[in-house]
Amino acid sequence: MSKIYYSETHEYVSVDGNVGLVGISDYAQKALGNVVYVDMPEVGDDVEAGEDFGAVESVKAASDLIAPVSGAVVEINELLIDNPRLLNEDPMANWIIKVELSDLSELDTLMSAEAYAEFCAKA
Amino acid sequence: MEQNKRTCLYDRHVEAGALMSPFGGFDMPIQYSGITEEHQAVRTGCGVFDVSHMGEVNVSGPQAEAFVNHIFTNDVAGAPDGKIFYGMMLNESGGTVDDLLVYKRGENNFLLVINASNIGKDVAWIERHSAGYDVEVVNLSDELGELAVQGPRSEEVMRQVLGISSDDLTFYTFREEWLDGVHILVSRTGYTGEDGFEIYAPAGTIVKMWDALMESGLAVPCGLGCRDTLRFEVGLPLYGDELADDISPVEAGLSVFVKFDKPEFIGRDAVLRQKTEGVGRKLVGLELLDRAIARHGYEVLTPDGEVVGHVTTGYRGISVDKSLAMALVDARYAAKDTELMVQIRRKRFPARVTAKKFYKKSYKK
Repeated sequence: MSKIYYSETHEYVSVDGNVGLVGISDYAQKALGNVVYVDMPEVGDDVEAGEDFGAVESVKAASDLIAPVSGAVVEINELLIDNPRLLNEDPMANWIIKVELSDLSELDTLMSAEAYAEFCAKA
Repeated sequence: MEQNKRTCLYDRHVEAGALMSPFGGFDMPIQYSGITEEHQAVRTGCGVFDVSHMGEVNVSGPQAEAFVNHIFTNDVAGAPDGKIFYGMMLNESGGTVDDLLVYKRGENNFLLVINASNIGKDVAWIERHSAGYDVEVVNLSDELGELAVQGPRSEEVMRQVLGISSDDLTFYTFREEWLDGVHILVSRTGYTGEDGFEIYAPAGTIVKMWDALMESGLAVPCGLGCRDTLRFEVGLPLYGDELADDISPVEAGLSVFVKFDKPEFIGRDAVLRQKTEGVGRKLVGLELLDRAIARHGYEVLTPDGEVVGHVTTGYRGISVDKSLAMALVDARYAAKDTELMVQIRRKRFPARVTAKKFYKKSYKK
């Protein structure tokens, strides 16, 4: 059973064991508008919590992707290479990278779905 | 921080839920329904933009024609009333103070339409250089609002919804008329590469026209986001990106709007030298061979990694499904099909020099 955590920069990580699927929230995709390109790291790259690991580009601008957790990239969502708009259609189903988490305690710094909904309502 | 200005349509934009953002000192709508949808509406139907942020300066008086020709690169001498010229005001080194439209209203009577971000600078420049000329310079920027009605169906929408006929207007001409007791100016101009019109009128009239257009359902409200993607695809420059105080029209490939045969205008010596001796850098089109998007300010490099310029504007084209950019590069690398690279965040992506016009304009000549 996976559990979903959110960051203040609108990324989520859906965690099952020590593997996390990282993507952007529905709030983020709405704010971005039509996504036209997703800049992803490569399998084997390390990502670090709080650091950017790529970018999502809408028509107007590029927005950095900030890793909610640290770890090694074990898979990228290759569907996004040719169909970046999947992020607009269903950002929860269309994760961006799969990460092997190196420090599960980092999850404590993130928000639950309820806390995140409240955070967005205040934004 | 100084408060951003608001156009007469600000409340309309906010009520309609448009995404607002600062531009040129104004709080402007960036998008209504979405940049892509609005862009397509202008390419295939009719879109309307609030461009009331643009500045207007009237120059009149016995020496107005001589003065305009002194500060402007194009040639207005002997022009018929109702004709419009595009060109630049240059500084002494040939850099661009602003790019603008000049409307010939009558003998020694001209309306200069300038960029919002440059209103303060331009008015000071115009006033300073008018010393010694018998002219009157009036800044009308705060009094006049402006709408741009753009797209292949704009002529029909202008007639049906606003009761403004345009049979007599060819591209880059205008007419002044009285509409319900208010003086308005209508020109067949735009910044989208499509047929279209721009209407200059006092705030009250602009708001009434906007409301009528919205009520008709025949014109899609558009923000500045798609105004930028539209002008970019047809290779039109934006001041601050492709033109600036240190970028000349010769470097930007706009020499056709500089009349070198005029005996005198500010900056003439500098641009004439550039024209005859060649320029060190040139504005080019770039096509990226990947989906990555080259944004303003990104470095352009040779395949060996030498930095030879920077991106001025870049988008995933909307009418053209490619990753495209305009870039100011070392003239040695400006030839078509030259292979270059663009640094995008941590990676470098291959690109190829192309023409700057990515999409064909469809104007009514």
